[in-house]
Amino acid sequence: MIKQVLRSTALAAVLLAAGTASADGVLKIAFLEGLSGPFANVGEVGLRHLQFAVDRVNAKGGVLGQKIEVVPFDTKTSPQEAQLVFKQLVDQGIHYMMQGNGSAVALALSEAMGKHNARNPEQTVLYMNYGAVDPALTNDKCNYFHFRFDADVDMKMQALTNYIAAQKDIKKVYLINQDYSFGQAVAKAGRAMLNKKRPDIEIVGDDLHPLGKVKDFAPYVAKIKSSGADAIITGNWGNDVALLIKAAKDAGLKADFYTYYAGGLGTPPVIGEAGVGHLKQVTHFHSNIGGSRTAANVEAYRKRFPDAKDDYYWVSIQTAINMLTRSMEQAKSTDPVKVAAALENMKGEQESGDVYMRPDNHQLIQPLFVSTFSKANGKDVKFDVERTGFGFKTDARVEAKDTVLPTTCKFQKPKG
Amino acid sequence: MEFFLVTLLNSLSYGLLLFMLSSGLTLIFSMMGVLNFAHASFYMLGAYFAYQTSVYVGFWPGLIVGPALVAVFGALTERFGLRAVHKYGHVAELLFTFGLAYIIEEVVHLIWGRAPVPYHIPDVLDFSAFSIFSTQYPAYRVFMMLISVGMLIGLYLVLTRTRIGLIIQASLSHPDMVEALGHNVPTVFMLVFAGGCALAGLAGVIGGNAFVTEPGMAVSVGTIVFVVVVFGGMGSLAGAFIASLIIGAVQTFSVAFDYSLLDLFARFGLQIAVDSGWRELWKVTIAQAAPVLPYLLMVLMLVIRPKGLMGTREG
Repeated sequence: MIKQVLRSTALAAVLLAAGTASADGVLKIAFLEGLSGPFANVGEVGLRHLQFAVDRVNAKGGVLGQKIEVVPFDTKTSPQEAQLVFKQLVDQGIHYMMQGNGSAVALALSEAMGKHNARNPEQTVLYMNYGAVDPALTNDKCNYFHFRFDADVDMKMQALTNYIAAQKDIKKVYLINQDYSFGQAVAKAGRAMLNKKRPDIEIVGDDLHPLGKVKDFAPYVAKIKSSGADAIITGNWGNDVALLIKAAKDAGLKADFYTYYAGGLGTPPVIGEAGVGHLKQVTHFHSNIGGSRTAANVEAYRKRFPDAKDDYYWVSIQTAINMLTRSMEQAKSTDPVKVAAALENMKGEQESGDVYMRPDNHQLIQPLFVSTFSKANGKDVKFDVERTGFGFKTDARVEAKDTVLPTTCKFQKPKG
Repeated sequence: MEFFLVTLLNSLSYGLLLFMLSSGLTLIFSMMGVLNFAHASFYMLGAYFAYQTSVYVGFWPGLIVGPALVAVFGALTERFGLRAVHKYGHVAELLFTFGLAYIIEEVVHLIWGRAPVPYHIPDVLDFSAFSIFSTQYPAYRVFMMLISVGMLIGLYLVLTRTRIGLIIQASLSHPDMVEALGHNVPTVFMLVFAGGCALAGLAGVIGGNAFVTEPGMAVSVGTIVFVVVVFGGMGSLAGAFIASLIIGAVQTFSVAFDYSLLDLFARFGLQIAVDSGWRELWKVTIAQAAPVLPYLLMVLMLVIRPKGLMGTREG
């Protein structure tokens, strides 16, 4: 009797889930990001990029006849909050989610999703990560339904340290990062790779500061200054990088910054002239990488979001949506299990060139760029950032195949 | 030496800003017995008002308009909010300010959004005032210190040289006696509340663009202000002043010390086994522990001397 009841409720649940997914002919993608709190600005930037990408799909009639709808959820950039939000999106019958800011949030989400998918295979959720780059997500803590479209800390650090190794005048390096999984990963990778590639470089400092809590970086800058560092490596993002560089500028610090996110929106206006030639970043995209569609896309984005504080930044979001919709078309289904099977072997192409999803850990393999903050000149620095008159100029392009690193990921493919 | 001097100046400017915030809180608390949880929200309002003013007429008018608006808002809060709940006792007042802090935050969300607003320091002050060896010291920080010191002197003069100041001072230590002498205590309360809020607002005006103006700014300074008041002693402006400078120095200097208990043990020849579960704890450096240090100080103070550094009344 009990068994029968259970079976019929399970069946009802399946029918319900299937019903909400396709009844109204809309494919919902949940966007989970800190839309309030210290990193709200960064979350909103991501949301606009997703809207931009989704609008393009919908303009062509959607995917498999369904329009895509973006459903934003506020995680307050907190892992606990994100887990609650995950429950909400499951309750609403959403099968696709996207997140990218904060590896602590990403790790919590990936774990929650893994458990949920194992227990409720009929309600599987697929996770597109456009920017949370803790290597653990595609190594020890990888998950079959997690796909990352930005390059991880180690891949970027590889590119960055190769570049630093070639700069013979760098003798002392200072590491300053946010005190959570991502910042710690940057510090660890930076230290290890520099020791190997340039044993003569002295690491004169290794600071971890609270995430999003420091409003005055002057004490840190005074410390960096007294260490005599001539290069600083930081994975800071959002206000944490803008305020750090602002404090460095105020104190007249001359060292070069090697960053992950200095080009992130909100930071370039703070830096201005002071960063020219001194500020470098490693990214999968910036507006001056060249390539066939870059100019058209930057201009299209600026037309859609004309505010000066908006600019085209997250190509990973565009690529994620492109590859997702193509996977759905290939699988002829929006069932996340079938879509994941198609997505893990998907090839794609974006502004920077050909890219592909790596099947053994679901990391997108794409070219990377080391670039320097420079005056816009209409030639190799065609586009400025946030209408500041300054943009990024490519110093080094790392081809996709050279970014591949070994992985420890071992995930189980779902049966059936 | 260079590091020491620069950090000393940084800690001074931060400590003075803290004092501007905590002086109002300590005045309000010691006089009215109201632990104003919304105090840091008035700091935030000051920053946002100044930002809004700067959009239309530039930074300088905001320096006056910001605190003035906050003062009016504070006076209204006292007159129509606090006074109404006063008869229900201190718990009701406490809950009132607690709720008010949330309301202010949500209203700020509604009006200015959740992202930081572009409230920048004025171009005339965006240069380096002087150099200490090779480190430049930004003019805006000097300006902040000047404003703080000016406010300090102003407050001192008001409290010691004016009639209202004398009544306020008397109410700090003997509120019942002042009332018994027939002074219009409710009006004094309203003025003190408005004045305290204006000071917080002024701190917001000059702190908002030095750091960031965002809806989270109230929460980020809110707790530290209480630390200052408790550490300095309830009802003592001098105590709050010293406590502000100490807390400012602790927060600024601790960043620089990469020493952990492990190093301390090693100095005495003590070695902790590498596989010891406690090792991670001992490895935490002062720099990493910087954010908790002020709270640690507060707890220590409460244990050793519950009335605070220069407190005159038992909490």
